[in-house]
Parts: sequence; structure tokens; C-alpha cells
Amino acid sequence: MTDATDPGRRHSAGHHGGDRPVDPVTGHETTGHDWGGITELNTAFPRIVIWALVLAFSYSVIAWILLPAWPLGHDYTRGLLGLDQSEEAVREYREMERARADWLAPFASAEFAALASDAPLMARAMPAAARLFADNCAACHQAKGTGGPGFPNLVDADWLWGGDPEEIAETLRVGVNSTHPDTRVSQMLAFGRDGILPAGDIELLVDHVLALSRGEDAADGPGAELFAENCAACHGEGGVGGLGIGAPALNDGDWLYGGSPGQIRTTLRQGRQGVMPSWEGRLSPSEINLLALYVERLGKGNRNEARE
Amino acid sequence: MLRLHYNLEKLSMGMVVGIIVAASIGGAVEIAPLFTIDETVVAPDDLRPHTPLELAGREIFIREGCYACHSQMVRSLADEIDRYGPYSLAGESAWDHPMLWGSKRTGPDLARIGGKYSDAWHVAHLLDPRSVVPASIMPAYPWLTRSLDTRVLPGALATLAVLGVPYSEAMIDRAETDALAQSRPDSDAAEDVLARYGDAVALRSFDGDPSRLTELDALVAYLQSIGTLTAAAQEELEEAGK
Repeated sequence: MTDATDPGRRHSAGHHGGDRPVDPVTGHETTGHDWGGITELNTAFPRIVIWALVLAFSYSVIAWILLPAWPLGHDYTRGLLGLDQSEEAVREYREMERARADWLAPFASAEFAALASDAPLMARAMPAAARLFADNCAACHQAKGTGGPGFPNLVDADWLWGGDPEEIAETLRVGVNSTHPDTRVSQMLAFGRDGILPAGDIELLVDHVLALSRGEDAADGPGAELFAENCAACHGEGGVGGLGIGAPALNDGDWLYGGSPGQIRTTLRQGRQGVMPSWEGRLSPSEINLLALYVERLGKGNRNEARE
Repeated sequence: MLRLHYNLEKLSMGMVVGIIVAASIGGAVEIAPLFTIDETVVAPDDLRPHTPLELAGREIFIREGCYACHSQMVRSLADEIDRYGPYSLAGESAWDHPMLWGSKRTGPDLARIGGKYSDAWHVAHLLDPRSVVPASIMPAYPWLTRSLDTRVLPGALATLAVLGVPYSEAMIDRAETDALAQSRPDSDAAEDVLARYGDAVALRSFDGDPSRLTELDALVAYLQSIGTLTAAAQEELEEAGK
């Protein structure tokens, strides 16, 4: 309709670099485009943006020189600073290790009695041990060490492999039925599945074990002879356990795989071979000793009650 | 120059092409060199490929979307080394197609999970996470007790071999047998698995039931293998400490 809406005219009117109309209100040049009376200011590009761009480009040139930057076929420029993020991370990690050394390094000694009697050291180290336990042990043994089916309770009086810090540290180091070459090994045989005992004998043993756990005198019971022949070698005479070979006591109310007749029957039939991973390599020797002391202390109150 | 730009702005298609060219330069100079620079991905000398059973587990890991919540990459940051172990090397996943580094951690990183927990724990945790980790928000995967379909394994190995994973003819031909044998350490074929894939391969019934080969067997075998295919990351960290 008007000249201003005609592209041809508009462009010729707004010739780049030529004389353009000046906006009377701001005093700025306009672009010369006119949309039905509305014009557009040809405001200069903000200086601050131009300076920011100049700074950014200057920095990139400096960065090219200082940091790894340019690809060169099979290689790349390393930069004058020689920065490498993984080296930096390892350096910071070693610094973290050094910062802990004043309270963690003493645990490398494995002089557990001396360590345990050093109250200021223990006060400093035990909170860290709690974190280590939560990160590594709680998945199986639970946050408070109470365990669950197949995962031993660490706060009761029962120990499969001994409850001294030395023994606990060794269990942590090599694991149980683990992939470590020196692993502790224990296996509850699959008396049913592997045809070692007939089903009738297994039933007698289920009853016998239940009687033992109730504290009854089952020495003359029908399962007593079977128990003596097949079970006592690992679980001890009368199922007292505590031989430090991974076989639990059977003469108490605590169960690793459940104490119902059905669960005991399953254990006897299919056998059990619980695994504790080896922590050597994943945890440092000092951390293993620290955790051993932590675990030993974990249920000391409960255990003292149990002994009384 | 300004004149050219002034005219280009008036050509919408010309402007589009110009933008694509300009943006591509940024991408090309960052991405293209990664294909030529030698140290981008260096497969460690001791790297072993996944066994067929582990590979089947990896497929289940992908199928169930585990990667959506679990990354498999320890970043090169001090805190990560402290929490998870040696930082991940690109070479560790040189033979993974696709790699499963992931970028989101709703659950913890799994790059160093192999050997950290027992098989029994993994089984309990997959079937009912809350039974072992009361505060867990991970979904349960009860259907993993179904039998493992091994028929796709020879094809899967053959495909990876085309992509450069060193699976031999024998490995491809015996993939199904090897998958079963890895879960049956007492079988005659179990020795063959070690002969083909190395003595470090774990031979056992991963789900605790040697009578059946299940998806749990495969997934747990895979989880226990993560981070154990090469010692390169551990060695590099120890080397860097000296």
C-alpha cells in the first residue's frame, strides 16, 4: 500500500552506510526501514559486549599456549603448564590421604590393645570407621550391624571366625569363600541334594537341631547319633560352635539362615556357602584394622550382657 | 566482508547454510581429532572380553535400563577416587559396544562394583532391594528368575567381533555352551571357558541354584565382572602415587 511496505523500496532506501534518517527523540540513526510509520533504531553494538568478545578471544589465545589445545594428527599440543586432570585428581587424593595420616597411620601397626587404649586416637578415628562401615559393610550387615538372612549379625555374642580384632581383621582381609588366594573357606554340605543323607535322617536332624536350640538335653534323642557322626565335627559336640571354622553354634536361639523347621530343612538339603568378599586392595591395611576395632566394639554391650 | 554478510542476512536459506557451516566447524575441530589422536582410547594389554554369560547379563543391564540410574565411570576427581576407587580409563571400555558410562547417578556408580559384594547379596538386592538396603529406592526385578535365552549369544559375539572385539571362531561357536558352563563349575565344559577367556573368569552358580541358568545368573555374572576385566586402572593409580 505504502512505499514503506515495498521490500524493493525499503532496501534501496536503507542503503548500508549511506545517509539514514535520524530519530528525533533519541538522536540515533534508524535503519531506514519503515513499517507503517514504525522505524527501527540503528543503535551501535554495545561496547561492553565488544570488549567481552575481545577479552574472550585474547584468553583463548593464552589458553592455547598454556593448556592442551590443538590436535596434531596422532598427537596434540600439551601446553606450557602441562596440566593433566587425572594427575591433578591423584595429587589431591594423595593430599587427602596425607591429611588423614595423623590418625589413620597408627592403625597400620595392628597393635590392637595399644590402639584401643589410646582414647584421643579412638575418638578421632571411630567416626571415620562408622563411615567406612556404612560405605562398605552396611549393604550386607545393615547399618547397625544386625545382619539379616545369610548375612551374619555382628552385634550378638556369636562369631563364626572369632571375635578378636586380630581375627576380624583377617576375615576382612581375605574374606570367606572369596576369590582371595588365602580365603577362609567353609561349607555346609548339601546333605540332601548331594545324597549324603536320606530324607528320613534329615528330618531326625531337623528335630535334633531344634531341640538343641531350645536348650533341651537331646543327647539320647533319635538324632543324636546322626548329629555326632555328621555335624559335630564342624558345629562342635552338642552344637556349641565357636570352633572358629565358620560353623555357627546351634545351641542358641540365633540363626544365620532362619530357625524354622522348613528353613533348617532347606539348609540341610541344599547346603550353605555364604560369601564374604575380600577387602584387601579395596581398603588399605590401616582401614581394615580400624574397621576390625570398630566391629569388635559394635556390639560389646550386647555381648557382655549375653555372657553374664 | 560486512557487505557480504549484509547481503547474506537477506537470503534466509543462505543464512541457514552459513549457520550450519559455522556451527559445524566448532563440532568438527573438537570431535574429529579424537578419531586420529592415538591416546584417545588405548586398550590395555591385559584386557579380556566379556564371557558370553557376562555379555548376556550386560544385555539385561541395558534392557532393564540400569544405566539410567547407575553410571559406570569414576571421574578423575579426588573425591571419586576416594569413594569408588581408581578413576575409569577409556581403554577399560574399549570393547564395549555401546559403552555404558552413563551420566546420571540416582544410584551409585558401578564401575568398581565387581567383587565388592557377594553373589547372594546381588540376588537378594535385585529381587527385593529393600530386603538388604531398607532405604533403597531401586525398583525390584523379580522376573529375573526366568530362564536365560542363550540363542542370541553366538550372533551377539559375531557382531562384536566385526566391531573389533577379539572373539575367535571357537568363542562364537561355543557361546551357548560356554554361557551354561560358566554357571556350572563342576562340568567338563567349565575348563574350556577358562581356556578361552582366562583364569580370572569366575566360574560358579551366580544365583545359587545350579539346576537352572537364569537371567539372574547372567546379570550377577556381569555385575561381578565390572571393573575386573583389566588391572590397568589400578596400576595407573598406583603408578601415579609414586
